[in-house]
Amino acid sequence: MRVLLVDDEEELVATLAERLDMRGITTTWVTDYRAALAAVEQEDFDIALLDVRLPEMNGLELKRLIADRRPAMKFIFLTGHGSEEDFKACSAETGREYYLIKPVQIEVLMAKLNEIAQS
Amino acid sequence: MHERLKRFTPGFLDHHDQSSGMYKSLFNFRLLWKQSIATTLAVVLLPLFTLTAVDYKISKDALESELLLRTARLVSNTRRTLTSYFDERKFALNFLTLDNTYDQLLDEQRLKHLLENLKSGLGEWSDLGVIDHTGIQRNYAGPYPLQGMDYSSQEWYQKLSYTDTDSYHETVSMRSNISEVFLGFRNTPHIVISVLHSNPFGLNWLHYVLRASLDIDRLNNILSHTEVSGNGDAFLINQKGIIQTPSRHYGDIMKKFPLAVPPVSDRTEVVEGLDHQGRAIVTGYAYITGTPFIFMVIKQKDNLMQTWVSTGGKLLIFLAGSVLAIVAVVVGICTYLVNSIYQADQKRLASLHQVEYANKMASIGRLSAGVAHEINNPLAIINEKAGLIKDLFTFRQEYAGDQRLIGLVDSIIASVERCATITRQMLNFARNIQVNVQKLSLKQVVADVLEFQTKEAGYRSIAINVDIPEEIPEFFSDRGKLQQVFINLVNNAFAAMKDGGRLDIKSRLSDDGAQIVTTVSDTGCGIPAENIKKIFEPFFTTKSGSGGTGLGLSITYGLVKEIGGSIDIESIVDKGTTFIITLPLEYHAEKGGTHARTVG
Repeated sequence: MRVLLVDDEEELVATLAERLDMRGITTTWVTDYRAALAAVEQEDFDIALLDVRLPEMNGLELKRLIADRRPAMKFIFLTGHGSEEDFKACSAETGREYYLIKPVQIEVLMAKLNEIAQS
Repeated sequence: MHERLKRFTPGFLDHHDQSSGMYKSLFNFRLLWKQSIATTLAVVLLPLFTLTAVDYKISKDALESELLLRTARLVSNTRRTLTSYFDERKFALNFLTLDNTYDQLLDEQRLKHLLENLKSGLGEWSDLGVIDHTGIQRNYAGPYPLQGMDYSSQEWYQKLSYTDTDSYHETVSMRSNISEVFLGFRNTPHIVISVLHSNPFGLNWLHYVLRASLDIDRLNNILSHTEVSGNGDAFLINQKGIIQTPSRHYGDIMKKFPLAVPPVSDRTEVVEGLDHQGRAIVTGYAYITGTPFIFMVIKQKDNLMQTWVSTGGKLLIFLAGSVLAIVAVVVGICTYLVNSIYQADQKRLASLHQVEYANKMASIGRLSAGVAHEINNPLAIINEKAGLIKDLFTFRQEYAGDQRLIGLVDSIIASVERCATITRQMLNFARNIQVNVQKLSLKQVVADVLEFQTKEAGYRSIAINVDIPEEIPEFFSDRGKLQQVFINLVNNAFAAMKDGGRLDIKSRLSDDGAQIVTTVSDTGCGIPAENIKKIFEPFFTTKSGSGGTGLGLSITYGLVKEIGGSIDIESIVDKGTTFIITLPLEYHAEKGGTHARTVG
């Protein structure tokens, strides 16, 4: 499973990537949308884990751009802002409720990733 | 009784302005009420009183002048009657002196015959006599033995027969005298009319007096038949003030008239004054020309004004009635208007408070959302770093084995999770400040509310029992408002209960299945019946000493109304209180729309 991590907090995203790596998941992490789009161009990912609030472009718009290029990709939104209800409404776009609120337990994230991978 | 009375007392009379600053009432309602009543009454009643007083005065004056006029007319008419009465009798005697020679008059039979004729013509004559120039009665016809009486010393005779040259130069003139009423030799009241016959140009110069006396019965008759209103008197007095015909109030015949003899006047006079007993009287009088008599009419003024008293009484009753009606209407209208303003003012204050409350909640919401977000990010980093350390211990052999460090990392991760729970609650709270209609589960809403309260319930060992059956469907409503309703009611219940109480929240579908009926019951102190009606009014509080604003339940009431529901209350003092909230399954917003949602 190849996962793209997009979050402007480098400390967070780098650590999370390392932890996922340890669990056998191939991860690439970037901190802005340009790098994210570039990564998508170069590599093939199964899942993108997107922060909702990114500088210059929010996670939802980024998701649309990526989905245009890679229609098969799945998405999980991650946010530290807003409530579950907000996020539920917004993540309706993904067709299913793939959202997580920071801070997220690694077990929860792993479960979600596996769930998506099997679907 | 007191309670019933209180229900009709407008609210502003009991109003005490507790708040200050921007929430102060615009007016002092009691002062406004008093002032508007006083001003209106003054404007209405002053002209009424003035008009009534003027009317009273005019009517009274008119009645009085009418009274004087009527008296004057009566006196004048009677005077004419009396004058002609005396004139008739004088002329009758005069006629006898002209129609008969002196010798004929000295004939006893002739004189008797003349007396009979007079009696049959003019009645009431009692005798007739002829007195010569020396004052001796030469001939007499009548019942008394007066033949030969000497009248020369009597005043009336001297006056009549007084000879002065001038008067003898007149042509045959009629000199006559009408005496006062007197008793005389016969000792019955009578009047004497005497006519002097003198003929200076005659061959046999002589003068003599023809004298006749009259009973005063007929005169009394004339006067007693005079209709005098006001319990009045009509009688004659002479110029010396001796009563000449009987009077009802001022003494009998020949007695002294108790009042002063009115001043001489050749006209009819009417004067007002007091009589000897201090009664107000109206006196009309006239001097009867050629006689010593004064005709008097005396009316009791009090008696005459009695009609006026009753008229005046009616006027006063009318005035009092009008004043009562005006006062009632003015007080009623002023009370109604001031109360309307008062209620509008109360609504204004309540909505100000509600706006302030909403603003406060919104501010808290924004603040907590900001704080939660800012904390969540570093929290996520701590979480990942600690997670990585744990991962290293787990996945890398070189780090493995130190169970103590793993325990520490687990504890860090657990603490992060606790912080995360708090920030999630804060975000949920902030979310709910905004107006938003969504599909929600009552059970979830109640659970969210109670989440905030479990700590306090635990400390105070209050048992919370929630019974919301599965059959209650999800329904559309405003989550934030509904949550606020339950927060307020639960807070209220907690405030009413002592430690160890019990809070029940139960739901069921209404009979027609269109509404959800939820009851929130506590085992608290209860609410007295007299406060039940006011419990949802803004600013009504029994916690004024402990910082209650009296707004909690009024806001609750407003919120329930806004989401289309209704709220009711049942309470038994010392047993507990139950709030009954009925919510429609179909959402009907009372006002406003949903706000745009923000996501981040």
